[in-house]
Amino acid sequence: MSAPGLATGRLVADDLLVTFPGAGGAASTVALDGLGLAVEAGEVVALIGPNGCGKSTFLRVAAGLLRPERGSVVLDGVPVVEPDGRIGLVFQEPRLLPWRSVADNVTYPLELAGWPRERRRARLAQLLELVGLEAASALRPAQLSGGMRQRAALARALALSPQVLLLDEPFSALDALTRERFNLELLRLHERTGTTVVIVTHSIPEAILVADRVIVMTPRPGRVAAEVRIEAPKPRTLEQLDQAIVSRAAAEIRAHLELGEAVA
Amino acid sequence: MTAPANLVLGGPPAGGRPTAGLAASALWPIVAAFAAFVILWKLVVIVGGLPVFILPPPEIVAARFVAAWTDGTIAPHAWTTIVEVALGFVAGAASGLVAGYALARSRLVERLLSPYLVAAQAVPILALAPLLALWFGPGLLAKVVICGLIVFFPVAIATMVGIRSIDRGLLELARSYRATRRQVLLTIEIPAALPSILGGLRVGVTLAVVGAIVGEWAGADKGLGVLVNLARGSLFDIPLLFATLVTIALLGIACYLLVVLAERRLVGLR
Repeated sequence: MSAPGLATGRLVADDLLVTFPGAGGAASTVALDGLGLAVEAGEVVALIGPNGCGKSTFLRVAAGLLRPERGSVVLDGVPVVEPDGRIGLVFQEPRLLPWRSVADNVTYPLELAGWPRERRRARLAQLLELVGLEAASALRPAQLSGGMRQRAALARALALSPQVLLLDEPFSALDALTRERFNLELLRLHERTGTTVVIVTHSIPEAILVADRVIVMTPRPGRVAAEVRIEAPKPRTLEQLDQAIVSRAAAEIRAHLELGEAVA
Repeated sequence: MTAPANLVLGGPPAGGRPTAGLAASALWPIVAAFAAFVILWKLVVIVGGLPVFILPPPEIVAARFVAAWTDGTIAPHAWTTIVEVALGFVAGAASGLVAGYALARSRLVERLLSPYLVAAQAVPILALAPLLALWFGPGLLAKVVICGLIVFFPVAIATMVGIRSIDRGLLELARSYRATRRQVLLTIEIPAALPSILGGLRVGVTLAVVGAIVGEWAGADKGLGVLVNLARGSLFDIPLLFATLVTIALLGIACYLLVVLAERRLVGLR
């Protein structure tokens, strides 16, 4: 686990272009065009934008799952061109293997990376403690609540101690209350691990609660429309969501989002 | 046998592990149904006034079954058939698995092979058997080939469907952790497709018995199919014919149960 003091995990995306071929003769879609952004080491950045603006596409490029036609993603000076152990990705759905226990799901990346059993077990204990799933270790995904499943997915993404954690609307399937709790837990987790976090979201309150900086994206093709720094002090609490500083940030983000819609 | 009812009926494996008490309570309807079947059989014989050479009553068949097993009339034939079924099933299932995987993973393979597969499946095995017997001789090989052919199709199709229906999200997950081709196969594809594959094996294993009997009819000197012909023809021992049919049915049930038990062990925990 990288200590918070070590300044690793600086992610820079430059001039990304991604197009998807249209199905059945339809014109191809430009998902990202000229997207560039930088995330500082240890920073929490929320990406917000209308549906289909390429937020998820950006995450897939940043995770090395999708190659851009132009541009690059560089992590700590080393380009990301394929799936990379320095990057942990949490999908919108938990994507747990239903035939494996929670423990075996969480250690799946370690297994693929060839860790011996003993080492996997030691790491598993840390990971389960980190997300509060110690008691569920032997359960199968089908026996878990939606929230617990997403915790397991989070623990799995942290298994290889990534420098950057990418989250693609990770809590969108959870109810509002659970979701707020998860956002606070994510912040606690961030304090303990010191990883850089990029979270894609649809929710302005969620973005403001977790992020140091909110990046607002334009409708397709995705590009950066604006950046809003959230000055609220950390550690954050739900009560802060009512403060003036927060409502000002929310108004600013909303304005940028609406501007984007109007242009599109 | 402490198998619960759905084991015999072949329902999907239940969630929990059955307790001994549950097994006993699930067992008695099966016993009752069997008793009703035997009684109905006996009634048909009495009411219809059927002679033994048309439909022997159950007690005569039972007696002949026991006698034929104890005096060694059935055993060598049964053993021959079991070997044919086992080898044919393994050969057919193994090639079905490989072919099904290739069909699922390559559109080209599917386009090239599927017409032949369907054509081979559309020709009744009964019509093919004499030809295969001609090619592969009167020995074990021809039966294994016939058996394997008949097992191949359901296993190949079930494997193809199983591999194709894997959640793409899981494959992407494995890719995001840089899983090798082999790791994807072992940790995602096989476990995910297993329920479907086992469904294909269930169908295949009962067909394997059919294949062995058909193969024996096309030319053989030993096997349960041969014994059926002997009992009907030169021996004219109709109770023995029925005893042989019972043996064939029991063999089919035993094979099926083996697959269902394997299924329980492999996917019952989900």
